[in-house]
Amino acid sequence: MNPTTFFIFTTLLKIVGIVFVVILPMVSYAVYAERKVSALIQDRLGPNRVGPAGLFQPIADAMKFLLKEDFTPAHVNKFYYWLAPCLAMVPAITTIAVVPFGSTLFGVPMVIADINVGVLFVFAIASLGVYGIVIGGWASNSKYPFLGGVRSTSQMISYELSLGLAVIPIFLLIGNLRLTEVVQYQIDHGWMIVPFAGDWRNPLAWLLAIPMWISFAVFAIAVFAETNRLPFDLPEAETELVGGYHTEYSSMKFALFFLGEYAAMITGSAIIVTLFLGGWHFPGIPDGSHGWIFGLINIFVFFAKIVVLLFIFIWVRFTLPRFRYDQLMRLGWVFFFEIALVNIFCVAAILAFHAPPFPKHGLQADESDHGIPGGKMGPAVA
Amino acid sequence: MTPNPYLFIIVFVGVALVFPVIPLGLAWLWRRFFQPSKPGMEKNATYECGVESLGDAQIQFRSQYYLYAIIFLIFDVEAIFLVPFAVAFTGLPVGAFIAILIFLLLLLEGLIWAWGKGCLNWAK
Repeated sequence: MNPTTFFIFTTLLKIVGIVFVVILPMVSYAVYAERKVSALIQDRLGPNRVGPAGLFQPIADAMKFLLKEDFTPAHVNKFYYWLAPCLAMVPAITTIAVVPFGSTLFGVPMVIADINVGVLFVFAIASLGVYGIVIGGWASNSKYPFLGGVRSTSQMISYELSLGLAVIPIFLLIGNLRLTEVVQYQIDHGWMIVPFAGDWRNPLAWLLAIPMWISFAVFAIAVFAETNRLPFDLPEAETELVGGYHTEYSSMKFALFFLGEYAAMITGSAIIVTLFLGGWHFPGIPDGSHGWIFGLINIFVFFAKIVVLLFIFIWVRFTLPRFRYDQLMRLGWVFFFEIALVNIFCVAAILAFHAPPFPKHGLQADESDHGIPGGKMGPAVA
Repeated sequence: MTPNPYLFIIVFVGVALVFPVIPLGLAWLWRRFFQPSKPGMEKNATYECGVESLGDAQIQFRSQYYLYAIIFLIFDVEAIFLVPFAVAFTGLPVGAFIAILIFLLLLLEGLIWAWGKGCLNWAK
């Protein structure tokens, strides 16, 4: 087979695999996990009727959503009412396209589109998610969804600033926006939350751990706010806004909003894992060029890290109370925004005093390529 | 010759579109062919906790939301400017660092001004 055909074929295989074999089951079982873990935390049983330990519950839920009446109320704007659930779902999934979810498998790099502005792409697409919610809230032409929609817009744009600023220290350090390079750097120099791991005797690397931890905390909390999870679930605060922006939705359209939130959680966790927790890397496990079994283990490690983060998402939801809206906005603008900004300059100052500058990764190679990972990422296909 | 990676992002968006469109289509077909249509006054009414709805919902709302959006625009642009600075940082001279510092201080001054004016205060 000629290399171009092979490349196109494997990429299409990866796309279909990641969407239908990984994301789809993960999203539906995230709902099941949420119900099971919440039951565990609140000392209940949780779903246990459909199949062994309730394991077929997601399938039963999907059937129920399909068979419920697909009702469009008379007072809504029909076009936007139908458009909003799709808009809530698509950006959440699309973000995963640039995330490296494994090293290599049979010499094929495990990333769908390794573009050189990976992180910018992530932010650009992730911020589109707000459109689904605000259009859904507005098109419902009802007061509760409307309030949920505007609240959500305000909240998401506020925390997007902290989100964007919190990752800049990483790029001061690495000098590259490509996500495969970010993972490679973490393999060589230790994960971002333990930047001293690659160089134990360097006091500046230890000093760097403090701003990196701050970055990690701000980023993780901003992801909570971006995905409308407790303690930031004001847009759908059920005690004051009924169901928030999806009050007027039923059947499959409601299911898409509901699953869209979980898809956003999964992609958000994937970004956290890639930027701060070493991506698919785990100490002691070699990459896929040492045999396909390691390639598979790398993919497994990546998704295992995501599952751990999802557990934390659920744990936090059933542990912390909700913020008041003015507290939420003040926290975002007056606290996290300033901290993230100051943090950037702390890292810049530390790096300026760092006698031999940190090695720059792949800046030279960036002019002419179209993002096919070669060099460090194992044997290139093309 | 390898295809442009953005091509695959477009393909990916297409596949991601299939994800919501197929269930929506199935639900629509089910309603179209198998479900009895029983419209009614109460069923079509706007949901408002049992109270009869007064007036339209798509009305003017609190201006505070707009203010946040405007301040957000300014600082989002700032964040975008910081990204190339961060990427090129290790090769930059001291002058460039001072320049970006001045740029940031100008914007920060704007934020402090807005803060002092009470734009960031939700509960006045």
